[in-house]
Amino acid sequence: MSQDPELLRRLLRAKDRMDAASHEEWPVRRLARVTGVSEAHFARSFKEAFGVPPHRYLLTRRIGRAMALLRDTELSITEIAFQTGWGSLGTFGRTFRDITGESPGAIRARERAATHELVLVPACFVSAAHRPDLTIAVSEKRRLSDSGTKGSEETEVS
Amino acid sequence: MSQGVNMIGLYVRDQDEALTFYVEKLGFRVHTDARNGDYRWLTVQHPDQPSFQLGLCMPESPMLDAATAQTLREIVAKGAMPPLVLAVDDCRAAYEQMRARGVEFTQEPVARFGSVDAGFRDPSGNGWKLIEARR
Repeated sequence: MSQDPELLRRLLRAKDRMDAASHEEWPVRRLARVTGVSEAHFARSFKEAFGVPPHRYLLTRRIGRAMALLRDTELSITEIAFQTGWGSLGTFGRTFRDITGESPGAIRARERAATHELVLVPACFVSAAHRPDLTIAVSEKRRLSDSGTKGSEETEVS
Repeated sequence: MSQGVNMIGLYVRDQDEALTFYVEKLGFRVHTDARNGDYRWLTVQHPDQPSFQLGLCMPESPMLDAATAQTLREIVAKGAMPPLVLAVDDCRAAYEQMRARGVEFTQEPVARFGSVDAGFRDPSGNGWKLIEARR
């Protein structure tokens, strides 16, 4: 379905703002204000434009940044969790595993072992290329993997 | 240099708006601004790069049918066109100057990988990286 390019340009602004500060909280209310539309309209049109609900987009950005920090810095996993916007180490580790299928420690060990020839590519493009692809909801992914022994602890804002 | 790539076109949503942006905010010069009926061939040039032109093109007829043109306008507005890079001597100074002129930055200057880079968009949604040239 076709969308108004003028609205898309303003939705892009909200997406850019999340990219620039993914460690911050981005409730739909705040994003809708950036775009200049109602909250309901924002959530619906963002998903239509970019293929994922805004909250899920934010999670992939945070995990992508955490992956880069695991790879490129000596920061501890706790430090990385707080720097990338998680309120607790538990939530970070769980979401990280749900999205990437591995624990932060395992990814760090594997990335360290591999040699990288990425220096010649501008960092932003590298980060886009390494962004985890989250095509289903985290809660859904969790449900699929652990046959539902306990309920999801987070509610996704769509 | 007489051989090589000398023009690449960008899709923009409005040529007047794009011209103002690239000339007044980025310091480019107009190379060609020619009209033929409703069609306008518009290219700009970086002042230090006389062998290269950036075309500011509209997705529209007679080049494209209406549905394709609409799809392209949506793609540009979503920021899904390929990345562009503007090399500068001093990224932080260029950032300050461009920001003062009202350029919409998407990323503040960050020092990494032996250089400094920032990010901005043109009014249409085309994403640029502003990267300090390695010396």
